[in-house]
Amino acid sequence: MHEQLGASLTDFAGWLMPLRYGSETAEHNAVRTAAGIFDLSHMGELAVTGPAAPAALDYALTGAPSALQPGRARYTMICTPDGGVLDDLIVYRLGAAEYLIVANAANTAAVAEALTERAAGRDAMVRDRTDGYALIAVQGPRAAAILAPLASAELDGLKYYASYPALLAGRQVLLARTGYTGEDGFEIFAAPGDAAELWTAISDAGVGHGLLPAGLAARDTLRLEAGMPLYGNELSRDVSPFDAGLGRVVRFDKPDDFVGRAALAVRATAAPQRRLVGLVGESRRVPRHGYDVLWNGTKCGTVTSGAPSPTLGAPIAMAYVRPDAAEAATDMAVDVRGRAEPARLVELPFYRRA
Amino acid sequence: MSVPDELRYTPEHEWVAISGVTASVGITDYAQRALGDVVYVSAPAVGARVAAGEPCGEVESTKSVSDLYSPVDGEVTEVNPEIEDDPGLVNSDPYGAGWLFKVQLDDTGAEPPPGLLSPAEYTVLTKDGA
Repeated sequence: MHEQLGASLTDFAGWLMPLRYGSETAEHNAVRTAAGIFDLSHMGELAVTGPAAPAALDYALTGAPSALQPGRARYTMICTPDGGVLDDLIVYRLGAAEYLIVANAANTAAVAEALTERAAGRDAMVRDRTDGYALIAVQGPRAAAILAPLASAELDGLKYYASYPALLAGRQVLLARTGYTGEDGFEIFAAPGDAAELWTAISDAGVGHGLLPAGLAARDTLRLEAGMPLYGNELSRDVSPFDAGLGRVVRFDKPDDFVGRAALAVRATAAPQRRLVGLVGESRRVPRHGYDVLWNGTKCGTVTSGAPSPTLGAPIAMAYVRPDAAEAATDMAVDVRGRAEPARLVELPFYRRA
Repeated sequence: MSVPDELRYTPEHEWVAISGVTASVGITDYAQRALGDVVYVSAPAVGARVAAGEPCGEVESTKSVSDLYSPVDGEVTEVNPEIEDDPGLVNSDPYGAGWLFKVQLDDTGAEPPPGLLSPAEYTVLTKDGA
């Protein structure tokens, strides 16, 4: 299917995924101004069910899934006992005793294992359903207009971070208003056997709306502009949610204990070791993952993600830097293969939709 | 993928067109496809000495940056002025408007300069996934 569309495929966490179909810049711009369709079937889907599923997830995750209304979703994290990030997740509450958790492809097995361990002894079951779902995302300002004629339900009734079961082009799907691009958009969980026909139906509906198939390369620049972290770059077991500026996902107001609570409480109040900042490059050479950030000529941090930003027309990067440097400086530099390239410190995100 | 017959190639995916004492250099169609959208090219400056097989610049794309290697020995006489403002020419027309720089050859006796690949050899190289 993707090869018929001329895709360049890449191995990603053991999945052969489309990196780009044509020009990744054109794909990126299509999502910002019209819409893009992505195959995200590599993402992990975990089902957590049973009467004790809400309590088990409150214990296993940093958020409070028990407080979610059925049909709503939340961005959350699963942490190690010492407060490091094991993965960042979207938790969809499908019913009183039914959740769907979307994990990063490379972390799915570890998350499934941790959830199973943390749910032990409770009336809740954790199943890895990754092979049971294809995931198609339609993202961009035209996404709703493209999907509306195909959907059995009114899309206006589907709020941001909500989901409902629906018929799409005659096929049973879970339709969610979530995404990873900084635009309005939808994520469609379908049976793998329906994926190719859904893709074709949506692509046909997108003719005239400027819909383009988009790959992982565009997905990465879109999320970077939107200031969204990527596991393995901004997030890892070595950083806490607070380091990443995402302390809001840790719900200390939950009544009961949860994995990492004590360590996270310390990390929430301790002087931070680093801060996640945005950098806009002032030359055309792009700061990339792993490059040193310089302040007054000495290293004060490390770039976690960097790319040329199609929307800003300049290189952008996220970086962890020393808090004193983040406080004091507005002008920094990045060591781009031996040459210090000036970069301006900016608030995240780089892009916010109007 | 296009591999024009009249050009010679390097294992690092540059092409070279030799006309008398002058060599024009760019990157191949295979290279531009592998790189994705080119956003910046750092070509050697006019007057710079370049040596065959040595890095002389860099090609930056959305996902990566790659060294640019000179296919020949000589002195840079011209750099494509259009590339600065429109690096996408490397993607849209790698063998034409997307040329990168021209070199006055040191040794005009050897024809063609040693170490370069024929179109057939380069095609084999790219099919092997190099």
